[in-house]
Amino acid sequence: MMGLCTCAAGVGLAWLALILGALVYKGLAGLSLSVFTQMTPPPGDAGGLANAIAGSVAMTVIAVVVGTPIGVLAGTYMAEYGRFSRVTTVVRFINDILLSAPSIIIGLFVYELMVRPMGHFSALAGSIALAILVIPVVVRTTEDMLNLVPNSLREAGTAIGAPRWVVIRSVAYRAALSGIVTGILLAIARISGETAPLLFTALNNQFWSSNLNAPIASLPVTIFQFALSPYEEWQQLAWTGALIITMTVLGLSIFARSLTGRREDR
Amino acid sequence: MTIVSEAMPRPAAAEARAATVRRFALTDTVFHALTRASAILVLVILGGVAISLVVGAWPALSVFGASFLATQAWNPVTENFGALAPIYGTVVTSAVAILIAVPIGIGIAVFLTELCPRPLRRPIGIAVELLAGIPSIIYGIWGLFVFAPFLQVYLQPLVIGVFKGVPVLENLFAGPPYGIGLLTSALILAIMVLPFITSITKDVFDTVPAVLKESAYGIGCTTWEVTRRIVIPYTRVGIMGGVMLGLGRALGETMAVTFVIGNAHRISASLFAPGTTISATIANEFTEADGELYTSSLVALGLILFVITFLILAAARFMLMRIERRAGA
Repeated sequence: MMGLCTCAAGVGLAWLALILGALVYKGLAGLSLSVFTQMTPPPGDAGGLANAIAGSVAMTVIAVVVGTPIGVLAGTYMAEYGRFSRVTTVVRFINDILLSAPSIIIGLFVYELMVRPMGHFSALAGSIALAILVIPVVVRTTEDMLNLVPNSLREAGTAIGAPRWVVIRSVAYRAALSGIVTGILLAIARISGETAPLLFTALNNQFWSSNLNAPIASLPVTIFQFALSPYEEWQQLAWTGALIITMTVLGLSIFARSLTGRREDR
Repeated sequence: MTIVSEAMPRPAAAEARAATVRRFALTDTVFHALTRASAILVLVILGGVAISLVVGAWPALSVFGASFLATQAWNPVTENFGALAPIYGTVVTSAVAILIAVPIGIGIAVFLTELCPRPLRRPIGIAVELLAGIPSIIYGIWGLFVFAPFLQVYLQPLVIGVFKGVPVLENLFAGPPYGIGLLTSALILAIMVLPFITSITKDVFDTVPAVLKESAYGIGCTTWEVTRRIVIPYTRVGIMGGVMLGLGRALGETMAVTFVIGNAHRISASLFAPGTTISATIANEFTEADGELYTSSLVALGLILFVITFLILAAARFMLMRIERRAGA
């Protein structure tokens, strides 16, 4: 029986290796500088993914800028001001559900909230959908990390006469900083591969766009469109895009882990 | 005891100090209110999701009523929509995925907590968790171009051949081998939920008091017996919670499934047949849906998915909260 358990672990690792192997094998073939400098091509032409990458980066940045403060503040309330309040228990429960809620539902929500009233798809709607995915991740890690800060530190701050918000800002945040940053990095890793919530919020765009009020290309949606197309050039670009996303996501999560991992070893 | 007598502060200084204290109090109130508002915003978001889905789904629900849940038809031309085929696909793929992922996930957790040499524990744990970090679209493209052709050429003809003539199983694994279909989706979902099940199972295994395991080892139990008789019974609720969490993920998973499910609005007995799921239907058809009723029917599908996953995830969290409370007590 224990041998079977070892096999199970082997299967898990082999699967990871298989997926990464296929990605590198198929993706590397198309990886070149032009992928980052040229626009998405019409069918049958060579080209790159520049506009899709730019769109993804833009929406991710907006989503993080919008979502992080809300998430950190909410986590702060749960760990500091409202640690023992009923609101915190309810918010924690709901937040955990949001954390695993299907992202396509968030897409539908933002469609009903923004796209339908505004009458058109937009980069802004896509960013908001991603921001809603950022919030629960950041809330969760912020609360957990602030809960790890020893109370004696807070008491020391209060004892020298600092008001609560100064204690939170200068003592608790500082002590929990690496953990909170980890949460933000994990949130970025999560949204940078999200496709479903962008399909009907940001839609897609074959061209370069810097207008937040118009549809914008994003790497995952472009991969989705290109991979399902019958054109070989598009499929190759999809693989290359998939490789870029995976490496970004894996890099971010490994980096995030190393931030907190170092503290555990100390 | 000596009484320290302090010079009375001059009135101006006292005034300034009082002003500072008032300012601090005000800032603190503002900050408190701000954090509280952010926390409540989390509740508002979930409430907003529920309300907007109900509003969006209302036109379809008012036309079709409860029969929406029981109709297999999905015809955009005659505007006749029913959710039965997507619901069937969602439930079947998720159930098969869970059946495959649970034993493997628990196996990995047992390996990591009981068998694995200590230096390898962290790297392997991280590697399995990295599987969770890979975006679902990557699983999709891998499933469509690598995994499905493999199944089509090797596994499916073999299975169809083996079960030919066996009652029930013959229908369950009936050809032709498309490569894509319900089973392919289920297998990919199994890989995707595996890390969630593993990491939660591992966490709850760690809550088993060492003294319980040691006393079992002390009376001569083998590692397997300790796992089977002590660890798993003790953590049953937590494991169930992890499985439900994985199920919640599988039910709502969109992109990976959209690539390999085949998008056919029909219910077939064979696991090899193409089908569709709620999320795949929405992802495929939403931007192309024209007409109020079509869009609304898709939102209604979303509402059904939301209700199902909400219930499952709530149950999962409830179970995990119970085991956390016990570990804390």
